Amino acid sequence: MTEFEPVIGLEVHTELNSATKVFCDDPAIFGAEPNTLISPISLGLPGTLPVLNCVALEKSLLTAIALNCEIPSRTSFDRKHYYYPDLPKNYQISQQYEPLGRNGWVDLQLKDGSQKRVRINNIHLEEDAGKLVHPDLPSARGLSWVDLNRAGMALLEIVTEPDITNLEELEVFMQTLRSILRYLDVSDCKMQEGSLRFELNLSMRPVGATALGTKAEVKNVGSIKAVLRAARYEMKRHIELLESGEKVIQETRLWDDDRGETRSMRSKEVAKDYRYFPDPDLPSVVITPAWLGSIREHLPELQDAKQSRFVQQYGIPEYDAGVLATDRALADYFEECCRKHSAPKTFSNWIMVEVLRELQAREIEIDESLLTASRLVDLVRLVEEGVISNNIAKDILKEVMETGKEPARIVEEKGLRQVSDEGALLALVREAIAKNPGPAQDVREGKEKALGFLMGHVMRASQGKANPAVCRQLLEKELSSGG
Amino acid sequence: MSVTREEVRHIALLSRLDLSEAEIDRFTAQISQILDYAAKLNELDTANVEPTFHAVPLENVFREDVPGQPLPLADALGNSAATRGSFFEVPKVADGS
Repeated sequence: MTEFEPVIGLEVHTELNSATKVFCDDPAIFGAEPNTLISPISLGLPGTLPVLNCVALEKSLLTAIALNCEIPSRTSFDRKHYYYPDLPKNYQISQQYEPLGRNGWVDLQLKDGSQKRVRINNIHLEEDAGKLVHPDLPSARGLSWVDLNRAGMALLEIVTEPDITNLEELEVFMQTLRSILRYLDVSDCKMQEGSLRFELNLSMRPVGATALGTKAEVKNVGSIKAVLRAARYEMKRHIELLESGEKVIQETRLWDDDRGETRSMRSKEVAKDYRYFPDPDLPSVVITPAWLGSIREHLPELQDAKQSRFVQQYGIPEYDAGVLATDRALADYFEECCRKHSAPKTFSNWIMVEVLRELQAREIEIDESLLTASRLVDLVRLVEEGVISNNIAKDILKEVMETGKEPARIVEEKGLRQVSDEGALLALVREAIAKNPGPAQDVREGKEKALGFLMGHVMRASQGKANPAVCRQLLEKELSSGG
Repeated sequence: MSVTREEVRHIALLSRLDLSEAEIDRFTAQISQILDYAAKLNELDTANVEPTFHAVPLENVFREDVPGQPLPLADALGNSAATRGSFFEVPKVADGS
């Protein structure tokens, strides 16, 4: 049977984090009351004129530089026409003929240590559309509601070449690009808020073939996980069609996350005929080498450079540095902890294991967490000073994430102070030995493992508050003296 | 005729216009006349002329990234045919997004 491989290209839309929209001064904020962030320009009222936001343009150019694009000496804007209620002007201002970047690339580091280059066809700046709500109400049957707050937000579109040939590359590409955009501080890249969106172009071809198969375009995919699921679904669908001798139709499909499938959009809705032409309202932009040079100076230290520096400066392992450097906010957090208290390896352990796990469970980023750097520093100090045990600290960390309370306050309120007093612990130790004669005998006969069993008993009896080092000493002493 | 009835039908669909057969005939003739007239420009040799995107020689017109005051909600919705709460309300166009 023929083996097939996917050929995947992506269209990535990322909302820039400028303070205002791209062509007018409406605040660019997520989550406001519908239609409270609009003006005559974003409503597309007659007689209004768009004016380009300089910050949005510079953030776009910075991204083009970081993605190794050729940047032209002139860039301009075009009108892309389609009729849909989320677009009040009936055209979207975009860039078709002179995009601000072409022919770039992103290098991916794959698990087996190899590198893969994904080429960027072009990067262009455009305006976002509004949002449609399809209410599930009897009184709103056949109706949609329109919120234009998002209409006109600065949207950067990054179009790749079809260079991705398996799901690992797809996943690493999305993560790498997201990391770069967050490093550059051009977008907050929150997929759940729609500030980073991926559209998939996927076709299948026999392994070894060079000609491209017929592609399907998949829209409406809301997370990196969902993109991978949608790709897996489409690969299976294409292979089934190809193997049964049917034709793949070139079409746009919508991902349905609840059902885990894609379905075709009727062709009438997607008739692609955008009748692009230069927007006479917006003068061209001339990009001088001097200007580009001053933007390039704002290029921050990127992931690889930061990873090397962390190994050098903090003496942490390459692996730790790699994990910390995947996200700029996380790397900044680590450095802030180290500035307040010089214990790099301790912080790296806490961040890589406990902090990342709790962030993932809550699906938030470190800069949205209530566990500020100074709270983690306080928590680590409490452990170092012997006030609480490591295990209690893990529980407190979760509570800080939930409530934002200071760690020391949680210790006091809940009476979690570690018990190191030998007199108090000796009773617990003797009880453990008395209740578990078998394991106690094993320890006397030199079976180290049984000591752990007795330790567990003591820790439980103390509700986790016993100082493990003191308990261990007491246990060993009691058992060697024949107790 | 430099434009066909089918093309006019297509343009009407893109513009969400529902044209009668008589209108399609009339617009096919009118649009053809317009295109034929504009085609006179093709008689000029423009091989060495840069396309003119703008009639006014302006470039690099920018705005500072400083938020202004958006419209009050009542004004923003004021010209709309139908509203619901703080939304515009429109006929449903398609499923999905």
